[in-house]
Amino acid sequence: MSQITLKNLAHSYHANPRGEQDFALKEMDHVWDDGGAYALLGSSGCGKTTLLNIISGLLRPSQGRVLFGDRDVTDAETAERNIAQVFQFPVVYDTMTVRENLAFPLRNRGMDAAYIKARVTQIAAMIGMDHILDRKARGLTADAKQKISLGRGMVREDVNAILFDEPLTVIDPHMKWELRTQLKQLHREFGHTMIYVTHDQTEALTFADKVVVMYDGRVVQMGTPEELFETPAHTFVGYFIGSPGMNLLPAEIRGGTAQLQGAAVPLGAAYGPISGRTQIGIRPEYCVLTEGDGLPITIKRVEDVGRHRIIRGDVAGSTVNVIAPEGMAVGASLTHVRFTPDRINVYADDWRVAPIGGAV
Amino acid sequence: MDKTQNNKAWFLVLPVLVIVAFSAIIPLMTVVNYSVNDTFGDNQFFWAGLEWFEEMVTSDRLHEALGRQILFSAIILAIEVPLGIYIALNMPKKGFWASVCLVLMALPLLIPFNVVGTIWQIFGRVDIGLLGHYLAELGIDYNYTNDPLDAWITVIVMDVWHWTSLVALLCYAGLQSIPNAYYQAARVDQASRWAVFRYIELPKMAGVLLIAVLLRFMDSFMIYTEPFVVTGGGPGNSTTFLSIDLVKMAIGQFDLGPAAAFSIMYFLVILLVSWVFYTVMTNLDKEEGK
Repeated sequence: MSQITLKNLAHSYHANPRGEQDFALKEMDHVWDDGGAYALLGSSGCGKTTLLNIISGLLRPSQGRVLFGDRDVTDAETAERNIAQVFQFPVVYDTMTVRENLAFPLRNRGMDAAYIKARVTQIAAMIGMDHILDRKARGLTADAKQKISLGRGMVREDVNAILFDEPLTVIDPHMKWELRTQLKQLHREFGHTMIYVTHDQTEALTFADKVVVMYDGRVVQMGTPEELFETPAHTFVGYFIGSPGMNLLPAEIRGGTAQLQGAAVPLGAAYGPISGRTQIGIRPEYCVLTEGDGLPITIKRVEDVGRHRIIRGDVAGSTVNVIAPEGMAVGASLTHVRFTPDRINVYADDWRVAPIGGAV
Repeated sequence: MDKTQNNKAWFLVLPVLVIVAFSAIIPLMTVVNYSVNDTFGDNQFFWAGLEWFEEMVTSDRLHEALGRQILFSAIILAIEVPLGIYIALNMPKKGFWASVCLVLMALPLLIPFNVVGTIWQIFGRVDIGLLGHYLAELGIDYNYTNDPLDAWITVIVMDVWHWTSLVALLCYAGLQSIPNAYYQAARVDQASRWAVFRYIELPKMAGVLLIAVLLRFMDSFMIYTEPFVVTGGGPGNSTTFLSIDLVKMAIGQFDLGPAAAFSIMYFLVILLVSWVFYTVMTNLDKEEGK
């Protein structure tokens, strides 16, 4: 087990990349702590899988180095890196039994039979397949096959890291939750570094201690679920995390207030002069409908999602979503919306600007 | 619930029935007719019962031809299947060279059978053939017209040249359908090259491979044109396979009765083998879909 360091790493699938747009992965420096549970979150095509394959050695980066501890493994083969990886779609060896499938990575590394037997039994119990160990893997359901893949990923104890590439895509929701809990438990028990790729924020937030959000080939933020929620470093994080995402309104920032087409919105802190396109971001959870306090809002639609209601409205030409707690009456008298000042984030060209005096 | 029966639908089957009757049933029945009668021309038939069948079943000539036939099929399968798999594994997966390989591989398959025969007949000739001439120059005593072993080698090499592509192309298609994740997983699992072949590639190819074996078996079991053009079944009877023997009997000697009995048994053997293959194949599918 070791810390994984990415140095000036970048990757392009073109042989001769001409500019930044040709890079699937833009230059990055990044450290994954030993024993951390990370989620790599981002929309499809943002470079998550590319990054994962570079770490596992299935792909050689076009530039930069990959270090495991102090050792440079950039040119090392996957097998040498001693990494486990679980793929999006189940990979099982059809002609083998479930038992042989689970034992395969151990056998290839020449472990002794007694150890293999014990380990396979243990993993089989964990994924709930101990009763069908001697069945052929061919013909099992996609669920079961993916569980075997997961089991094969976890069967080796000495791995440097376990990488998961959207492993629960094909599993039904109930099972998803159960397996995720098991992974989490496994992490606590053995302390492997785990990197879990997903585009599902619930999955990311429940699995990981640290969530790494990627957008357009870049890591835009790495933080705890709370940090991502409260202070998104990039408008994409604001939009991608949360349901619905953060409201973004173009505004001019002057000291401690934001000017929104004539209306002034107080901010929680003061800001220095900012250049570029400025926006304020506020989570729907921190918007309150009022009868006259705040900014005028035109309500378009109200959606009841059970625990609360989502109000879709329009403030000064921008879409604003408001979450109204259960039990609150939404009537025609509510014509304004108030933003909680210290929950407002300020963005310049999509990146968060820290206030003067710099509380985060 | 009462349903009014409308039997007019049967008329829709009629065209197919007519076509099948003329293309298969009537010709087959003609053969059946010959096989149970004796004829001296003029469309005069004398009932012979199962006499021809008895004669054929006990005929040494037929046994020898059958033996040669089985040996031939076994040899070409033993060469073409592994060779085809080997070629498929080593063909480029994509890009310009993949297309070049595909076209080159497909070429032998597009040449008419008798042309293939002619090519090899000339190629192997000791006097003017490229192969035969240079083998003679090298001091190798090669002559397919008077040495049975040379004749066999020529016919087998010709068949391998002609048909290995088919096996290779089918296997190639099977290999192309394996998702990349399988190879990646194998690398993560530290599987050896042999294990990748044994546990990933071979199982995924099993379906197409079975079709390839079936096609090659059927075709080689019924082979006629190419060896006929190259060796004419000789020297002696050494390359006289079942079809060649059958034609000799029916057209050369005009023994229509025995030839018809022979044909029917030949047909039944092929039907039997096809049925076995079909059963194995559908069982494999069933296991897959379970």
